[in-house]
Amino acid sequence: MATANTTQDQKLQSYELMIIFTPVLAEEEYKNAQQKYTNLITSNGGSIVASEPMGLRNLAYPIAKKTTGLYWLTEFQAPTSVNHMLEIQMGRDESIMRQMITRLDKYAVAYNDRRRKGIKLEHTPKRAAEEVEAEDNA
Amino acid sequence: MAKQNDIKYLSSTRVDRRKKKYCRFKKLGIQYVDYKDAEFLKKFLNEQGKMLPRRLSGNSLKFQRKVAQAIKKARQMALLPYVTDLMK
Repeated sequence: MATANTTQDQKLQSYELMIIFTPVLAEEEYKNAQQKYTNLITSNGGSIVASEPMGLRNLAYPIAKKTTGLYWLTEFQAPTSVNHMLEIQMGRDESIMRQMITRLDKYAVAYNDRRRKGIKLEHTPKRAAEEVEAEDNA
Repeated sequence: MAKQNDIKYLSSTRVDRRKKKYCRFKKLGIQYVDYKDAEFLKKFLNEQGKMLPRRLSGNSLKFQRKVAQAIKKARQMALLPYVTDLMK
């Protein structure tokens, strides 16, 4: 997908969106909400690279008097104008407790790719962590 | 460890040579610090959830900045606490 960048008239940029929905959402509503934002991105010239519903997780501190949240993580490519619109929509949505859009550089995209494939994260393209550890102890 | 016929010293004869600190990102070739990986970021926090200085973590300036950004993002998304006691 990264190669498609140059052929687009509007330059696409990689982003990552993380949303914390309130834990009171039903399974169906959670899915619908994900679908809603997916559609919003795709209908504005973006494309979804990956979507990962992380489900119910404990929060490190209470938000809006709730100690758990429904996390949803998605990586997408879109023209920069999409973000502002997304933020407006998310701000209006009462089922969202927190949201964050992160711009991804090429290392981040590669990292996320490895993360999804389940490759051990300490392993890097250069060398494995164990190698360095062994070297250290020697 | 010492052999039987070794001379015994009262104080340790080993000269206190500290291990040189290094930037683990440079050494391992990690190029991206992920804010989602809270377990990894905890290596750079003390038990109150405060960030460790470079003096202790050994990070290079470039990666200390990236770690700081990642920790702040993780805190915003409630993956890491802002303040806490006995985190580890």
